[in-house]
Amino acid sequence: MTTRTQDPAAEPSAHRDAFVDWLQRMGDNCLILGHRASEWCGHSPALEEDIALANQALDLIGQCQFWLGLAAEVEGKGRTADQIAYLRDAGAFRNALLVERPNVDFGQTLMRQFLFDAWHMEILRKLKSSSDPRVAEIAAKAEKEVAYHLERSADLVIRLGDGSAESRARMEKALKALFPYTGELFTDDAVDQAMAAAGIAPLPSSLKAGWDSTVSAVLEEATLAHPGEVWQHKGGKRGVHSEHLGYILAEMQFLQRAYPGAVW
Amino acid sequence: MYAQLVQSEGGKSRAEMTPREIAFQERIDRGEKIEPKEWMPEGYRKTLIRQMGQHAHSEIVGQLPEGNWITRAPTLERKAILLAKVQDEAGHGLYLYSAAETLGVSRDELMEMLHSGKMKYSSIFNYPTLTWADMGAVGWLVDGAAIMNQVPLQRTSYGPYSRAMIRICKEESFHQRQGYDIMMKMCAGTPEQKAMAQDALNRFWYPSLMMFGPSDKDSVHSAQSMAWKIKMNTNDELRQKFVDQTVPQAKYLGLTVPDENLRWNEEKGGHDFSEPDWAEFFEVIAGNGPCNAERLGARVKAWDDGAWFRDGLMAHAGKQEERRAALRLAAE
Repeated sequence: MTTRTQDPAAEPSAHRDAFVDWLQRMGDNCLILGHRASEWCGHSPALEEDIALANQALDLIGQCQFWLGLAAEVEGKGRTADQIAYLRDAGAFRNALLVERPNVDFGQTLMRQFLFDAWHMEILRKLKSSSDPRVAEIAAKAEKEVAYHLERSADLVIRLGDGSAESRARMEKALKALFPYTGELFTDDAVDQAMAAAGIAPLPSSLKAGWDSTVSAVLEEATLAHPGEVWQHKGGKRGVHSEHLGYILAEMQFLQRAYPGAVW
Repeated sequence: MYAQLVQSEGGKSRAEMTPREIAFQERIDRGEKIEPKEWMPEGYRKTLIRQMGQHAHSEIVGQLPEGNWITRAPTLERKAILLAKVQDEAGHGLYLYSAAETLGVSRDELMEMLHSGKMKYSSIFNYPTLTWADMGAVGWLVDGAAIMNQVPLQRTSYGPYSRAMIRICKEESFHQRQGYDIMMKMCAGTPEQKAMAQDALNRFWYPSLMMFGPSDKDSVHSAQSMAWKIKMNTNDELRQKFVDQTVPQAKYLGLTVPDENLRWNEEKGGHDFSEPDWAEFFEVIAGNGPCNAERLGARVKAWDDGAWFRDGLMAHAGKQEERRAALRLAAE
């Protein structure tokens, strides 16, 4: 039992700040990964991949609009999803470091997508029973799209891992490069604790077992060695990013920054 | 039009035709569709491969000038619309390559011909997209010109091509509307946005007119293609129709078409207008346009860099086949 000494109005406001922060984490993951996927438009190894990546980017941008739209609504300061996306600097972005990793080659792009999709699927499944009906509704819609993303990325990781000597080497390299960016998806901080206490979202750490089992099964079928326990980078969800995010935003936000207030 | 200067094979007079060729021409004249397994003159098949291949390549290369702005789209909504549009274009490429494959040429062979420069794509995609207004101008003018050509092609004589065009036209009219919508927003926006819109029209007007190909008097391949209903209208007919449709749209936007000679001609019931610079057109077709090297270079790089990916998938398919064979053997 603790005695509450704070101003009673402070709690809802603290809760609201945490909720907005958490919604930005969801929206920013979709926005930045969607941006990375869209960089392939017209440049991928096969026509079918151009179509699939554009489609995936489109899904993610759509999901970002829902999450950031809800963040704007909960925040209640009259901002729009576009203003949140286009007028924050890197330090205010809340995406995981994994999604801002550069495309490098199609192997790293697919591996990044797979590692993220496996997490995305876990969290969306849980969010369908969120205490906030708006969150549950977005999750239910997104889950249908992400189920397809995961099916596709897992299938390609398997086929390329268990493919030619070169495709296997590239997927191995991709796994080694990206695995150290997955740990952050499962760390719990004060925002996560507040969301879990309110029944809005699961604790990230509770998603680890499900993710592990999906990833291990796919890597095994792909004949790729699981990297095991390795050092994990952190920072994205509290706004400490890699150098890459600044360039993504410089490109993405160019028109909004160069022509403030213009309607497009 | 996405197929310019398509060289037509054949051009025989009726007296020179075999009875089989006469019967074929009569089927076309009656409006029958020719289907993949049916007999067709070799010239008809080759001309169609050239035209459909060029059309498919145009869709694929056409992803690049618009893809150039996806990461810089000014709002989430505009980004989503542009992504959907570029995705549609890749899809159009896929329908058209598939339709061309029914004529006995593989997609890989067509790609090889694009990469080696043996086959062309529309000259329009060799012009750069310099501002966001270009996304509007490309949708409005380039897709507008493409629709002008593609609507009649829904009635073309080759069944798979005709059916592909029916699907493509539905999506293209959506593309043109979204392009015009961008132009409306820009023209109703700040003075800087309006200036961007005018600049985009200035740069894309003549290249759009070039999309229909050279003037009829210089177009040597049209007659045979028209007899075969591979080409439904002449270049000049379509260009005139495009100008007549587009001029009032520009006026509605408050933009000026960059042509001092543009005026309504009551007698012909259409606009008089200046011809584009055909010397520039032939240079662009020959590979000397502002973006030829970048566009083709990007496609070749995508193909070469992706070789390991395609080979990896083939290797996996081979392994799976071996495993199934081993299982069958073990079961026997």
